Amino acid sequence: MTASDQDANVPTAEGAAGALTASDGPAAAPLLEVDGLTVRLPVGGVKRAVLRDVSLTVRAGEAVGLVGESGSGKSMTARAIDRLLPGGAEVDGQIRCSGRDVSELAGADLRAFRTKVAMIFQDPRAHVNPVRRIGDFMTEAMRTNLGVPPRYAQMRALDMLAQVGIDDGERRMRQYPHELSGGMLQRVMIAAALLTDPRLLLADEPTTALDVTTQAEVMAILDELRREYGLAMLFITHDLELAAAICDRTVVMYAGQIVEVRSSELLHDDPLHPYTAALAAARPDIARTTARLRAIPGRPLSAFEAPADECAFAPRCPHASDACRAGVPGLTALDGGLSRCVRAAELRGQLTVSHE
Amino acid sequence: MRTASLLRGTGVAGMISAAVILAATILAIIGPFVAPYSPVLPNLNMTWVGPVGAHLLGFDFAGRDVLSRLMAGAQSSMLGPLAVVAGAMALGTVIAVVAAWRQGLADTVISSGLDILFAFPGILLAVLAAAVFGAGLTAASVALAIAYMPYVARVLRGAALKERGQPYVAALEVQGSSATSICLRHIVPNMLPLIVAQATIMFGWAMVDLAAISFLGLGVQPPAPNWGVMISENQPGILQGYPLPALSAGLCIVGVVIAFNVLGERLFQQAQAQQTRLQQPQVPQAQVRQRQAVAR
Repeated sequence: MTASDQDANVPTAEGAAGALTASDGPAAAPLLEVDGLTVRLPVGGVKRAVLRDVSLTVRAGEAVGLVGESGSGKSMTARAIDRLLPGGAEVDGQIRCSGRDVSELAGADLRAFRTKVAMIFQDPRAHVNPVRRIGDFMTEAMRTNLGVPPRYAQMRALDMLAQVGIDDGERRMRQYPHELSGGMLQRVMIAAALLTDPRLLLADEPTTALDVTTQAEVMAILDELRREYGLAMLFITHDLELAAAICDRTVVMYAGQIVEVRSSELLHDDPLHPYTAALAAARPDIARTTARLRAIPGRPLSAFEAPADECAFAPRCPHASDACRAGVPGLTALDGGLSRCVRAAELRGQLTVSHE
Repeated sequence: MRTASLLRGTGVAGMISAAVILAATILAIIGPFVAPYSPVLPNLNMTWVGPVGAHLLGFDFAGRDVLSRLMAGAQSSMLGPLAVVAGAMALGTVIAVVAAWRQGLADTVISSGLDILFAFPGILLAVLAAAVFGAGLTAASVALAIAYMPYVARVLRGAALKERGQPYVAALEVQGSSATSICLRHIVPNMLPLIVAQATIMFGWAMVDLAAISFLGLGVQPPAPNWGVMISENQPGILQGYPLPALSAGLCIVGVVIAFNVLGERLFQQAQAQQTRLQQPQVPQAQVRQRQAVAR
């Protein structure tokens, strides 16, 4: 809790890449570096920004949460990292994985990179070929991309299924995706993702489509296996608490921008950005009865709607002042984290959640 | 097992069609060997003689046994369309999948190329091929295959585009699968019902067109037995009041073509029903919840 408070390497430079290496010391080289990522997509002939100047790093073995409302650019960030953007996308900025520029990869290099960066999707059922058996699906990447002999691939798949808590793997591997429940299928997806020995896991809301009890199980499995295999993870969710529970660091996005980066244990109690505070306040408290849940007034902006000359959150922010409308605030370092709020320092401590 | 379940869904008409096609196929394979009389040896004494004794369908203009000629002619009459369909399907599928996968410029170029090819009627192309390479089944089949390819490519491109957009394709890409492997192992197999349906319907067209080409004298060359050739050479009989040889060949063509059309039509409907079935259960619960959450 106080580790990053007392961290000596308080960043001095503005810009996320430098600041983010601070909390765990400079020794570990980042596995993934996203630097100034801006993505524009063609919508009806017009290029519209969906990501604006997104910078983040994930070090080997580290779990980073990426939270925000729908349309804030969380998934787009993950898709950009794995080079899954739709055609016509215009990408600025750099994505480096183990020091290599991802945008320059092509052909076999790109495929090799992708086996090292696994992705788990929100809706497992849509992300599996419905007419192929589970066993086929699980062993295909190993057999065709890594040249693993089929029998060995089969053994590894069975072993991995056992690790995600599926004991009757033999039977499951003969079944078709529609014969499995959502939670079961997501476990299969996690197992399949781990089979190619990735170093980074991009988990795009892996539990959103599952009910709450299944969600807890799947999260536990994901977290445990991640630690066991020493995987880095970029965990995308709109559940602030969930991100805080399993991630070392949490990145909050709003309207295609990063608005706050904070170590997870501090995010809820000591947020640096009014948006994070408002999100946290919107969570119902289990200890209280409330007639009405607190909401953030207004509606979430898409990245392309966000004003170019003021803070994107200013129209909905209870703390907005003239300074907020003077220009787009930069990410400033504060107490081991980063905040895109001009009043971050003066609002410190006043933002804390209150359920009155 | 898969073929059986595929057929069961086509109903009685589909089953009957399949039986007709099966019979024609068997005839095409064994016909030349089991024909009771020589299909090519003329006997001018028997010109235009009606059915007598063991000659169930009588004799044609050159006094050859019509039944024997029908049986022996089944081979070239079925083989020609088969070659056309196989060629058009193979070419069309490759082009469709490439266009759907690459999208962008490649797709635009391919689609416009197809539009240009559409402008050439198959028969015209076959006539041209016959003029350049000489009359015969091979030239006619190749020309028709090329002429039919755009029809295949256009239909399959749509299906391939739909398949390409499926999330599972992205998931496979992320696993590091190559484009070729995804296309060959997933996209094409998932389009297979449509490919089969399309091929079946196309077989009917090809048969009619090849018969027409043979009728014009640019396909199979007489005296080789062929249903199209038989109509052509026996057509004077229709005017002279003895239409049986020409009609019996025509009936064979019509029967097989109708069977292929009915079966193809049914298979097509089935393929489309399957497509919609596959796409339905994919409304992600999460999106619904997310929307509800935002609404709150």
